[in-house]
Formats: sequence, structure tokens, C-alpha cells
Amino acid sequence: MASDVRERVISLIAERMDVDPDQITDDTHFVNDLQSDSLDMAELVIDLEEEFDLSISDEEAQKIETVGQAIKHIEESQQ
Amino acid sequence: MSTLQGKTALVTGASRGIGRAIALRLARDGANIAGLDIKDDLLEETGALVREQGVEFLPITADVTDFDNMKAAVGQFTEAFDSLDIMVNNAGITRDNLLIRMSDEDWRAVISVNLTGVFNGIKAVARPMMRQRSGRIVNIASVVGMVGNAGQANYSASKGGVIALTKTAARELAGRGINVNAVAPGFIRTAMTDELSEEARESALGQIPFARFGEAQDVAAAVAFLAGPDSSYLTGQVIRVDGGMVM
Repeated sequence: MASDVRERVISLIAERMDVDPDQITDDTHFVNDLQSDSLDMAELVIDLEEEFDLSISDEEAQKIETVGQAIKHIEESQQ
Repeated sequence: MSTLQGKTALVTGASRGIGRAIALRLARDGANIAGLDIKDDLLEETGALVREQGVEFLPITADVTDFDNMKAAVGQFTEAFDSLDIMVNNAGITRDNLLIRMSDEDWRAVISVNLTGVFNGIKAVARPMMRQRSGRIVNIASVVGMVGNAGQANYSASKGGVIALTKTAARELAGRGINVNAVAPGFIRTAMTDELSEEARESALGQIPFARFGEAQDVAAAVAFLAGPDSSYLTGQVIRVDGGMVM
């Protein structure tokens, strides 16, 4: 289940940011590595909410800076 | 001339008046049209006229004041058409009265449809347009939103709000290839202005250099320009269609 979340998150990010999924790791930083802007992040959060049927508050969303943090957040919300 | 050939447009308040004229003009320019209105009784009349232009017409019944309604409406749209190229936020109402006589209910009703309705419309189409990396949003404001009008505290405030909202949305969405502009009509001959008293009509005409009311088609022509390929470098702008009333 955990790896399933990881795969789905990475494939979502890869599609949204138009990058190769193989280049995305837990340490990949949205702003520094993927050049995300605030609109990208807002869209990504909505995508994650829809994909995993959960709600991410603005406060929580602001704490998500890396791919690993996004995966962790979703895994924790699903428990 | 089919400048919008193969494009698709969602027009709110499409049952009559300026909304119908906009739907017809965009259809004439080649766009497939979804006409949205809160009641469906007159929507089919617009639909029949749109289809005469040889394009598709999708009627959608929805309330612009309700975001979930608008989200569902956009869902219907994207199911029927491949892309969402043009959004025209036109739905509007008036509940005129002098400020000191205006009820809380009349204030809220007008702000809710005219301003919150545009916010909901923009928010509902922003995501599909962002995904496409393209889109045109045209909001119908009013010159009274720029200069005020006695007896229209609610209406003028709502339209002034639409102008500010247009500029903010233009700034936020420019990075995704989405143009957001407004058209501000002056006095246009519609059911809304037919209700004016003779005195109000005379006084209005006195302020218009062209000394006549505009037609819904005049507004639709400005919308067609903002929805078409010739305005790709315009965003956050307000085009006044008012016979020179406000300069």
C-alpha cells in the first residue's frame, strides 16, 4: 500500500511538472529542483486531494516542500 | 469570417439580452457554445438561434452563486467538448433603489449573482484552462462600476468588484496562458434598461456623446474581440462600450 502511494504521487508530479518519474526521489524539492511556483503547488495539492480523496489544509500544504514530505503527508492522512 | 472555428465557449446568463447576443456572436464566429442560465425556459430559444449558425449548443441549467453548481456545469461542458477555450461571465441582475432605501436582501442578492457569480465562474474554469495552458475569460462589468450611479449602490459595487477581480485573475493566470479581461457596457437596450423611467432615460441620453443607447450586439462584438486571436496580448483590461459616456 505504501509503495502504491509513492508510485501514484510520483507519477502525478511527473505529469504535472513534465519531468521523468525516474528523476524524482524523496529529496526532490518542489521549488529548487522542479521550479514550481505557487500556482503549480496549488494545482498539485488539488490533484493530490482528488487522487487520494482527502483534504489538505493551506497550512499543511505550505509545509510540503519535498516529494518525500508529500508522500509522508498522504500516508499519514490515510491511516 | 470564422475566427473562433473549432473553439468552445461557455456563456453564463445566456437566456436573453446581452448573454444571448454574446452566444450568437461567438457562434457566428464559429465557436461551439454552452449556454448557462438559472432557468431553462428561454435557454432553448438561444439554443435554436445558436444552432442556426451551424455550431453545437449545450444548454446547462446552473446557479452561478453556487460554486458546486458551477463546478458541475464545467464538468458537463468538458464531457461534451474537448476543450474549454472561452468563458464569458455575463449573468447579472439589478435591484435598484436609493442607498438609504436599499434592503439588505437586495444588496446581497446583487452582490451574490454579479460578483460572487463571476468569482465562481473563474474558479470553476481556471483548472481546466490551466491544464490546457490557454484560455480566454471575459467578464461583463459596467461603466457604473467605474463612475457610480445613483440608485445602484449594489449594482455599481458589484461591477466595480468585477473590474478588480478581472485584474487580479489576469495577474494570477497570465503565467498559464490565460487572458482575463472585462467589457464595461454603458446603457444598452435590453429588458434591464427597458424598465427605466422616461426621466431616467432622458437623463442617461444626456450623458452619452452618441445620444443613443447601445445594442447588445455592440457588447458582443467587444467580447468576440477579447475571445479571439487578435487580442492575445491584452489582459487585465476593461473595454468600455458606452457611446463615449465614460472617458
